[in-house]
Amino acid sequence: MGGMLQIVLGNLMRKKLRTLFTLASVIIAFVLFALLGGLSRAFTSGVELAGADRLITQHKVSFIQPMPLAYVQRVRGMDGVRAASHYTWFGAYFQDPRQQFALFPTEMNTINDIYPEYRISEAEREQLMSDRTGLMIGKAMAELYGWSLGDRVPIFSSIYPLQDGSYSWEFTIRAIFTGTGNEADEMQAFAHYDYFNEARRFGRDSVGWIVTRIEEPEQADAVAEQIDARFANSPTETKTSTEAGWAAGFAAQFGNIGLIVQLVMACVFFTLLLITGNTMAQAVRERTPELAVMKTLGFGEARLMSLVLAESLSVALIGGVVGLLLGTVLVQGAASALAQFFPGLTMSAATLGWGLAFAVALGLITGAWPAWRAGRLNVVTALARR
Amino acid sequence: MNEAHVSTARQAIVRVAGVTKQYRKGRQSVEVLHGVDLDIADGEFCALMGPSGSGKTTLLNLIGGLDQPDRGEIGVAGQRIDRMSSRDLARWRAAHVGFIFQFYNLMPVLTAQRNVELPLLLKRMSARERRERARLALEIVGLTDRAGHRPGELSGGQQQRVAIARAIVSDPSLLLADEPTGDLDRDTANEILDLLQTLNQRHGKTILMVTHDAAAAERASRLVHLDKGRILDGSGAG
Repeated sequence: MGGMLQIVLGNLMRKKLRTLFTLASVIIAFVLFALLGGLSRAFTSGVELAGADRLITQHKVSFIQPMPLAYVQRVRGMDGVRAASHYTWFGAYFQDPRQQFALFPTEMNTINDIYPEYRISEAEREQLMSDRTGLMIGKAMAELYGWSLGDRVPIFSSIYPLQDGSYSWEFTIRAIFTGTGNEADEMQAFAHYDYFNEARRFGRDSVGWIVTRIEEPEQADAVAEQIDARFANSPTETKTSTEAGWAAGFAAQFGNIGLIVQLVMACVFFTLLLITGNTMAQAVRERTPELAVMKTLGFGEARLMSLVLAESLSVALIGGVVGLLLGTVLVQGAASALAQFFPGLTMSAATLGWGLAFAVALGLITGAWPAWRAGRLNVVTALARR
Repeated sequence: MNEAHVSTARQAIVRVAGVTKQYRKGRQSVEVLHGVDLDIADGEFCALMGPSGSGKTTLLNLIGGLDQPDRGEIGVAGQRIDRMSSRDLARWRAAHVGFIFQFYNLMPVLTAQRNVELPLLLKRMSARERRERARLALEIVGLTDRAGHRPGELSGGQQQRVAIARAIVSDPSLLLADEPTGDLDRDTANEILDLLQTLNQRHGKTILMVTHDAAAAERASRLVHLDKGRILDGSGAG
């Protein structure tokens, strides 16, 4: 085994520049794969986090159109509804308009009825409920901004001015919640709707959307139809979908990210196949006399094929692993810089797994033809050419 | 290595009987060997001479199991090889034959030591045992001090010595040499021929050497002439 490995390594190092360029192209392709994989995940992380028993009701025309606050109470009275609450997009940012994050004014006492996975201590809950300007933020957000309990923070809204025309709102951090452990989950903040509603200059008694927690997940369609039917033919008709469906639809506003990623990666890997395949074929063709000598010495077809495949697999795996590692580092670096925009920007084990699988496939595909040729090599003809 | 080998048996180690070989050149079929008969005795050093195109290398390839005859029988060391499958022939070559080429055909990426170890990779052997056997083979050809050098760092004569060490390292019963001195100057060629004679006389290796060079052929214990695919003289074991 050691001897064969020596031959594989020796052959890879035979033309260092060529191997280096081939490795570089593989590495770049896998860095791209990792980055696009992370980005795709960022767009779809909302879908993964969605609860099976939650429905989202929004304005039929668009998610940004407000709905009457009164709708919430009507939804609460419907059959199959366990709890309902409302949320509004605040358009929050801290200091820098580029540092946007998700802040939702809501009825704070209903948070755990809708999102039981968000956990805070009883002491924090009491503090939060007793302070109208109190803010409940996720642990990841607290860590990102270095905020702790009791901090008074000025937060700007890019949408809602205060009565005095100022866009700078003052909140006090009263609770820090932990969620499912996912960064996307913990990059949110919740404020008291009453404070928001009274202090804002326009849009009073309107909400962004309603989240309904239903009794049984299998009743989702029936309850959704019931909600939309209730508000049909009114000035504000609604569109209700499951939380997963809503999140997927939200991501789809940016285009079919999954399809775009797949198309880009297909182009990258196809080009990579041509480059690496051509290089491998050329490298093996140059060594035809040596392969003929090995066959003369008694190396069988299977062994010669394995030797060539080991070379192509080495290039693909070394390049793939290095590319995925670099991509992971870049994604993690970008994750903290872009946490406000893409809270779900992380490298998943599935992306890494697929990356490794692609690397193996790349090695096998690009090595297959040269390996077959090496195995079927006619010794007499190859030696006569020398 | 059979260092203390004394050639007592003079039975034929190579038996070629009625061998015919054709090659296709485009649409035409060219018969290179026409019913060749040849016996080579165990421990013999046989030189095969003939003009270009006479079929020397073709006959060598057939005896070495690199190619199959169209008709006739070939037996080496008591085994019929003319009907073996390519997989069996590969195993057989690894066990019974050592090849020496005109252009050495060493692996440029490996050191002399690793080149000599190459045939041993096909055997169940520890790395240490491989190293020791390769070192012994290099000692026989007088190149232990060049074990760590790559072929590109060696002279032609030294490269041919490494190739000979590679040919003998698995202790084959038959050495096949195709123009082993064809790429060397006279002095170096003489050194290589001395080495082949030593392997034949002291280590009892049977050698079949294809050569154009009359001086090289003189070193052999027997000379066989081949012309236009036919043995002209000396087809029986010497």
